[in-house]
Amino acid sequence: MKAIKSTILLIAAFLLAQTSVAQITEKPGFGKFAITNADIYTVTNGVIEDGVVLIEGKTITYVGESTDIGADFTQIDASGKRVYPGFIDAGTGLGLQEIGAVAVTNDQNEVGTFNPYIMAFTAINPHSAAIPVTRTSGVTTVISAPGSGVISGKATLINLYGNSPDSMAVLQKAGLIHNWPSADRGGWWDDRTDEEIEKQYKEQLKKLKDYWKKAITYHDMMASFEEDPSGKEEPDTDPQLEAMREVIDGDVPVIVSVDSGKDILKVIDWIEEMREKTDARFILAGLEEGWLVAEEIAEADVPCLVGPVLDTPPEDYMGYQVAYQNAGKLHAAGIPVALMTQDIENVRNLPFNAGFAATYGMGIEEALKAITIVPARIFGVEDKLGSIEEGKMANLFIADGDPFEPMNHVEQVFIEGYKIPMTNRHRKLYEQFLNRDATVSE
Amino acid sequence: MDTIKKIALVLIFCSFTAVGVSQPTGSVLIKDGTVLTVTNGTIENGDVLIEDGIITQIGEDVSAPGGADVIDASGKYVMPGIIDPHSHIAGVDINEASNPVTAEVKMGNSIDPNDISIYRALAGGVSSIHLLHGSANVIGGESETLKLRYGQGQEGLKFEDAPRTIKFALGENPTRVHGQGSGIQPRTRMGVEQVIRRTFDAALDYRRNREAYLEAKENYNGQGAPPRPVAKNLRMETIADIIEGDILVHCHSYRADEILMLMRVFDDYGVENYTFTHANEAFKVAPELKEHGAYASVFSDWWAYKFEVYYSTAYNASILNANGVVTSINSDSGELIRHLNHEAAKTIRYGNTSKADALKMITLNPAIQLGINDKVGSLEEGKHGDVSIWSKHPLSIYSINQMTFVDGVKYFDREEDADDMRIDINPGESWEQPTVRNTSEHGCMHDTFYLFSETAGE
Repeated sequence: MKAIKSTILLIAAFLLAQTSVAQITEKPGFGKFAITNADIYTVTNGVIEDGVVLIEGKTITYVGESTDIGADFTQIDASGKRVYPGFIDAGTGLGLQEIGAVAVTNDQNEVGTFNPYIMAFTAINPHSAAIPVTRTSGVTTVISAPGSGVISGKATLINLYGNSPDSMAVLQKAGLIHNWPSADRGGWWDDRTDEEIEKQYKEQLKKLKDYWKKAITYHDMMASFEEDPSGKEEPDTDPQLEAMREVIDGDVPVIVSVDSGKDILKVIDWIEEMREKTDARFILAGLEEGWLVAEEIAEADVPCLVGPVLDTPPEDYMGYQVAYQNAGKLHAAGIPVALMTQDIENVRNLPFNAGFAATYGMGIEEALKAITIVPARIFGVEDKLGSIEEGKMANLFIADGDPFEPMNHVEQVFIEGYKIPMTNRHRKLYEQFLNRDATVSE
Repeated sequence: MDTIKKIALVLIFCSFTAVGVSQPTGSVLIKDGTVLTVTNGTIENGDVLIEDGIITQIGEDVSAPGGADVIDASGKYVMPGIIDPHSHIAGVDINEASNPVTAEVKMGNSIDPNDISIYRALAGGVSSIHLLHGSANVIGGESETLKLRYGQGQEGLKFEDAPRTIKFALGENPTRVHGQGSGIQPRTRMGVEQVIRRTFDAALDYRRNREAYLEAKENYNGQGAPPRPVAKNLRMETIADIIEGDILVHCHSYRADEILMLMRVFDDYGVENYTFTHANEAFKVAPELKEHGAYASVFSDWWAYKFEVYYSTAYNASILNANGVVTSINSDSGELIRHLNHEAAKTIRYGNTSKADALKMITLNPAIQLGINDKVGSLEEGKHGDVSIWSKHPLSIYSINQMTFVDGVKYFDREEDADDMRIDINPGESWEQPTVRNTSEHGCMHDTFYLFSETAGE
């Protein structure tokens, strides 16, 4: 009798232990899910009220008002809730830097001025503490970009779930980060004379143009050899210039980061020139003063990555709302606008950046597109991401209301079909310390 | 003739004095709004009457006395002006980073009344800020509580009769600036504690010796040796005033251990009524904070910008609030100060704080922490006429501030703002000239970047 009791106790203890282990190491679910009774914000096909989304494996297999749901589907009742496609931040440093002030944790800024062969993809840390913090906010996908020099290297487009950069990457190489040298004064610390600023800007511009000239020449030389090597001496490989070839061919777009109005105009002139000489594709990014030259950008037909929206005006004399209104004004000029936070640990604030853009002129629907389908189109992945459509990657989330509202909650996130555990460092600390025993400090 | 002259002079003198002391006040009746009083719930279709800068009536169907402007707030939300308990906008210099203890300096002497950030904060519904000294020193300078009376001079921005406050700083900033940067204590959190203790000890000795000297001097009748002078020391005067409870401490801090350390030190010296600002790990010691009656003023979600905030949580404010700690949300930023209402709303996302408590975190609670809650922080009769009017509920991201009043005077009106309510306007068109970009950093480590090469945190 005693032995039986002990055995039962042992089994009970074992089961308890199992349960608690299961809680700590909750694995993402994967398989077949049916989200029912939800208001589905498809982005590309309006809002389906009280609808159904089916997920099978990595893919959305049904979106609509109702359908037969097989018994093998795990059902998630989302009555009174909303479903959105995963949000996309078109410019972050996520996975490349862990702690801002600790230099050894920063893999974002390589040494050198022209680094086309540098790839953010290589250094993405899939286990950065900021990644779960971000994805549980509904931001499922980000551009993560290197940052230093004139040509920083290539940004990557990643889903925020996976155990390796390979399993996360939607595009290993999403764009070449190209920082335009500024003809503007840097700030209060910048004590150069106007002449020095002008001179240095011209020097930097010349270096930049020379670099592209060299890259084009190299590309022509290599292409010519590859086409017909007979009678030619095989040229040596230059790994940096080699990395420019896919850019010149237009396979990887150039993301030109530029902020001031007059610099933007110079970039537009340069883009026109480069379009004549190469097949390169261009995207503008940053654009603090884009609103000043919106018409010129629209004429140049270049898509724009704008943000952060939550920013101060670039100049003291500018109106207090210009940063909030910028995205809306560019959109109104007919430019495809995607939003970005340019953040690392707080990319989770992307929905609030969109909320501000919406409030200050862009409108809710367009602001939603600016963090879903528009970035998907700009990076050429609209067949996979950016809306809730059959056949697309199952990146989506369920919220208890409008996700632009800081008051509301994101309740469940799916990334590539994986039902993501809704936990992260911030939540774990909350659970640990909300009702901490008053006498025991951990 | 002489008498008339004298009377005239007296009159002129009095009028100057009056101008020097009192700030502009206004009278206004805000009608038919949804009034979020903060302390007495919500009044639908409520009216708020401000007379000569003071709220005199709150209720329904209040009628306007002669001379008061009437503002139709129907469909809008009326709330107290937002108070930012941690700001560096409107500061000229922020850090006197030359010594680990600089209690003698005062932010009251370092106010830039023309900082455009003041106007931008008004546009975000902010009526008062706590202009803090920076965080380079263990004991920094005295801070200054301001009212955002944009257009007034340095004196005109000061919040009259607000208690004196002072900045303390623990952890990475003082240890980097002084220990790492200059090779003097403190280099560690151990050193930080002893810098505070030895300074407090010195101040107690100073005050005893100084008072003994002053008393002896007073009583000296010319017989025998005169008393040995003890020179006045402003640094020590200020520290002694802290120990005597005349100055409220707002302490930059992050880690739980350093928060506990300061509470132990304050217990030993009898210092009460203090606030931990930033306090990213305050949630770990919420019961201890509650037990000490200590306050916390935190970011809504900043973390990971330096090592001491790596183990942070955006649920900090909610945990503290649930544990009964008086908690405020601050900005420490020229940007976040523009939407503190949404920063407060995040406490609902992160930890389900109630809407009422979220609003308190940017109004009443910072007022308590600054010792001005008898004057501002809620809409109550007898309090100052510091009010903001919003297009929707202020915790909604779609809400836009329409007007901000300080002492019943309108300092921001969105409808009238075609840049015309700002000083030194230079709207838009001159952008082609080379200009100074983005001067408004306004961080805690302002003025200290020359001291080390790595980028500094807040």
